[in-house]
Amino acid sequence: MLGAPWVVGVAFAYLLLLFAVASFGDRRARQGRSVIGTPWIYALSMAVYCSAWTYFGSVGRAASGGVWFLPIYLGPMLAMILAWMLLRKMIRIAREHRITSIADFIASRYGKSQALAGLVTLITVVGIVPYIALQLKGIAVAYALMTNAPGAPVTDATPWWADSTFYVALALAGFTIVFGARHLDSAERHEGMVAAIAFESMVKLLAFLAVGAFAVWGLFDGLGDLFARARAVPELARLLTLGQGTGFAYEQWFALTMLSGLSVLCLPRQFQVMVVENVDERHLKRAAWVFPLYLLLINLFVLPIALAGLLHFGAGANAEGFVLTLPLAAGREGLALLAFVGGLSAATGMVIVEAIAVSTMVCNDLVMPLLLRTRRFRAAAGRDHTAFLLGIRRAAIVCILLLGYLYFRLAGEAYALVGIGLISFAAVAQFAPAMLGGMYWKGGTREGALAGLLAGFAIWIYTLMLPSIAKSGWWSTGFVEHGPFGIALLKPEALLGMARLDYLTHSLFWSLLANIGLYVAVSLWRAPSAGETSQALLFVDVFHRNAAAGPAFWRGRARVADLLPLLGRFLGTARAEALFDEHARQRGVPHRDALQPDARLVRFVERQLAGAIGSASARVMVASVVEEEPLDLDDVMRILDEASQIRAYSHRLEQVTEELKRANEQLKSLDRLKDDFMSSVTHELRTPLTSIRALAELMRDDEQMPAAQRQEFLDIVVAETERLSRLVNQVLDMAKIESGHAEWHNTDVDLRKLLTQAVQTTTEMMRERGATVDLHMPETLPLLRADADRLIQVLLNLLSNAAKFVPRGSGHIDVRLESDSTGVTIAVQDNGPGVPAGQRELIFERFRQGGDALNRPQGTGLGLPISRQIVEHFGGSMWLRDDTAQGACFCFSLPWPASGAGTNSGDKT
Amino acid sequence: MLESLRSQRLLALFCAGLALLNFPLLALWDRDSSMLGLPLFPIALFVLWAGLIAVLALILEGRED
Amino acid sequence: MTHRILIADDEPNIVVSLEYLMKRAGYEVLIARDGQEAIDTIRRERPQLVLLDVMMPGKTGFDVCQELRADEALNGTLVLMLTAKGRATDIEKGLGVGADAYMTKPFSTKDLLAKVAEMLAAR
Repeated sequence: MLGAPWVVGVAFAYLLLLFAVASFGDRRARQGRSVIGTPWIYALSMAVYCSAWTYFGSVGRAASGGVWFLPIYLGPMLAMILAWMLLRKMIRIAREHRITSIADFIASRYGKSQALAGLVTLITVVGIVPYIALQLKGIAVAYALMTNAPGAPVTDATPWWADSTFYVALALAGFTIVFGARHLDSAERHEGMVAAIAFESMVKLLAFLAVGAFAVWGLFDGLGDLFARARAVPELARLLTLGQGTGFAYEQWFALTMLSGLSVLCLPRQFQVMVVENVDERHLKRAAWVFPLYLLLINLFVLPIALAGLLHFGAGANAEGFVLTLPLAAGREGLALLAFVGGLSAATGMVIVEAIAVSTMVCNDLVMPLLLRTRRFRAAAGRDHTAFLLGIRRAAIVCILLLGYLYFRLAGEAYALVGIGLISFAAVAQFAPAMLGGMYWKGGTREGALAGLLAGFAIWIYTLMLPSIAKSGWWSTGFVEHGPFGIALLKPEALLGMARLDYLTHSLFWSLLANIGLYVAVSLWRAPSAGETSQALLFVDVFHRNAAAGPAFWRGRARVADLLPLLGRFLGTARAEALFDEHARQRGVPHRDALQPDARLVRFVERQLAGAIGSASARVMVASVVEEEPLDLDDVMRILDEASQIRAYSHRLEQVTEELKRANEQLKSLDRLKDDFMSSVTHELRTPLTSIRALAELMRDDEQMPAAQRQEFLDIVVAETERLSRLVNQVLDMAKIESGHAEWHNTDVDLRKLLTQAVQTTTEMMRERGATVDLHMPETLPLLRADADRLIQVLLNLLSNAAKFVPRGSGHIDVRLESDSTGVTIAVQDNGPGVPAGQRELIFERFRQGGDALNRPQGTGLGLPISRQIVEHFGGSMWLRDDTAQGACFCFSLPWPASGAGTNSGDKT
Repeated sequence: MLESLRSQRLLALFCAGLALLNFPLLALWDRDSSMLGLPLFPIALFVLWAGLIAVLALILEGRED
Repeated sequence: MTHRILIADDEPNIVVSLEYLMKRAGYEVLIARDGQEAIDTIRRERPQLVLLDVMMPGKTGFDVCQELRADEALNGTLVLMLTAKGRATDIEKGLGVGADAYMTKPFSTKDLLAKVAEMLAAR
């Protein structure tokens, strides 16, 4: 027994120490040198799971039920095995959508529904109140044990204003406000609080281990001795078995395991430290096994302490206080004080974090939405709302603690501590279907979540909450024993006659059955809405998408001038401007004023706002500022399609770029070809010009030039001029035909007449060369639709070529015209030297002339190419027959117009 | 969710833990015998638990392959 | 001392005009009709200067010039390239293979004479 001032003094000192740690943590965070950025701190902060329940409740449970205290910790053990996948997904989602509470998480997933947010908050408040009461009871009991004489009644029936527990509650409220509601942080980070929680986790572990070690090796001679002595007592011996002598309630063991496993995910304080306060999701790798290790260590001595206490004090003692009474009884007051501090630590840690988390929810998801409905609030422009929001939070903290105290007064005696705690677990477990379903099932809808939550909550109230209040004496327990209005099938602890289960498992079974059943059934009732689908995809696929760069599901008109002040209203102008600047920088925009008011910006603003007032309220505020066009499912799908189309487009873009590169290469080579042609033409033109100019200058400068010489020169000049003009004409001709600009005057041509005409024209040339021409034609020939002049041009070209190459004096040219069903073929055979094998195709190229250089007759080198072009224009072809024994035989064919078209193939290169 | 080897191992460990720590496998340890002078059942429970933690640590801290 | 000049061009009319021009100016004139003949004549007769057409069948003026410069004995022969192609790349190429001067056709007879005289005087 210690003097009250001592105990109070130590308690306060410890709390101040916690506060100092918290301030240190906050200060370092502001400096940017966070102390909580290690996985060890993260793991220790998770240990806030162990509250006064662990300190007092577990030992009490162990004393009455042996190992049955353990399932509460096996559940989290199993849950942490999956943490790397489950929790990491939650953290990623929360980070990307700036989710700051469970209510936010669930509401955000199901289309940012305010109704859901409010319902979850309500369930949380109602469910957590017993848990808070548990802590208060623990502190009260501990305090009483420390200050009263052993054996004195633990709780007095004092009026509340004289009840020290009431002031404990108020003090705790004050500390909580100091820890977590001094200022608004849009990310809801409380680095100082996390540091303090980690610290107190160490303290409570060490204290408990100290007491445990004392019990085993101080009071007894080690574990062997302790257990041997326990086994000697039959009642104690059965505590060491699974069945406890009455048969094993397997389903209860399993239910407790499952319940605690779900709770470690759904409890607000766990969500706060594991998800919201998470600094780096990779810390999860370490924390996922360190946290279970912590649980193992702190539970190591629970059974020994319980057995030691039972052996020491005998059965019937208040086992929940063994951690304190054992040292006290042995005169180790220092150790008892340490244990008291440990228990106090456990209780306050839980209360602080839980109260902060719940007050955030209440403010963002319950109060704010209601306020937003009032016009007055919405229209209040320019007012800084931060102080107002803080005020709401602080009020919520005080209210929660007072409610906890109220429950403590009303129902604290109904169950042992553990029982009270389990009721809270069962309440928050109702979130699991909506939460986990929302993370892995895209089909979950808002209505489904609402239906499931309502059903589960209702059943929880009916099967757990009400009976607990009734059993505390505030109600007649008639309805519990006989069912409401005497209807036995509706007995709250044996619905539909299921009486085999204990009250907890029974409640759990029915509530979760209704919850999951309605969730799935109602979700499948109709397809998800547009907003839900978009959120569903962002949640379920969070590992595959990057939400910041993902499709922005919004369509509307906004103005930057509206969005900036909106953000400023809740976060302060300076911070809002800084955030806009950061956003502008990320998007590569020079200044925040240059930001386009598009979907991405609106989402950015909404997300930042959600950190301060919750996503549902943020949505309302943003919607009030922008003119939003409601999205329907088609729009969402279209936006999604666009996003995936964009991906497909960029892929196609790469392909097209490749094709373009190749085409460019081709064009370049064509360009080079064109250059070559141009330089060839200029060369050909300049050559005669050179002689003309040179000879003309010579004649001009030399007045004494002999007349004969002058005459010779003039002849050359004239010849070259002719050559030049011929060349120019042919180049123009070639260019016209190739570019398709030539004019074609098609008539019905009589080829026989044409051929005769051509031969006649060249008679003089032939006579001069001494060459003879033979003409072979069929008697009759159908008319061909073609340009007569052009065909003459071709014939003259071939004839003159032949004339150039036949030997002088003995030249012979054979012209043959043949026709068949497909067309006509004209062959011009000469008895000249022929074309050498290597040049057979070359001669059809521009500026190429047959024969060797020295004996090359006057020509432009363009005749054959032009002739070929003309022939090909009419759909025919020209070639050099290569099976002739001697000489060259140039042939060309012209098809009859089968489909009635002399197709224009003038664009052949 | 189950793309990586680590995730698959974790899921397997979870199922193993669930089986080991529940009836009927758990009842196997419920015998009135002692190990090192200590009652079997509580010791077995804690040893199992510690074993699960050890395997969990191995999987998590190991290289991601 | 009478300078010997080789005219290398495959166009007969140009050869005619150049021959008359050079002879009238008092130079001794040699003629080659293609690249190989040009090289052989240079080797044989060792003219001081060559009026070299670029576009010739077989070996082009560029090839001839390169061979001249590669040959120790013929290295010192002055080369004046004549061509109808006037692109900058051709001029660079010509100077690159070692021509001493480059003139585009059609040229002015006066300019050509002046250039030849200048080149021979600088020798």
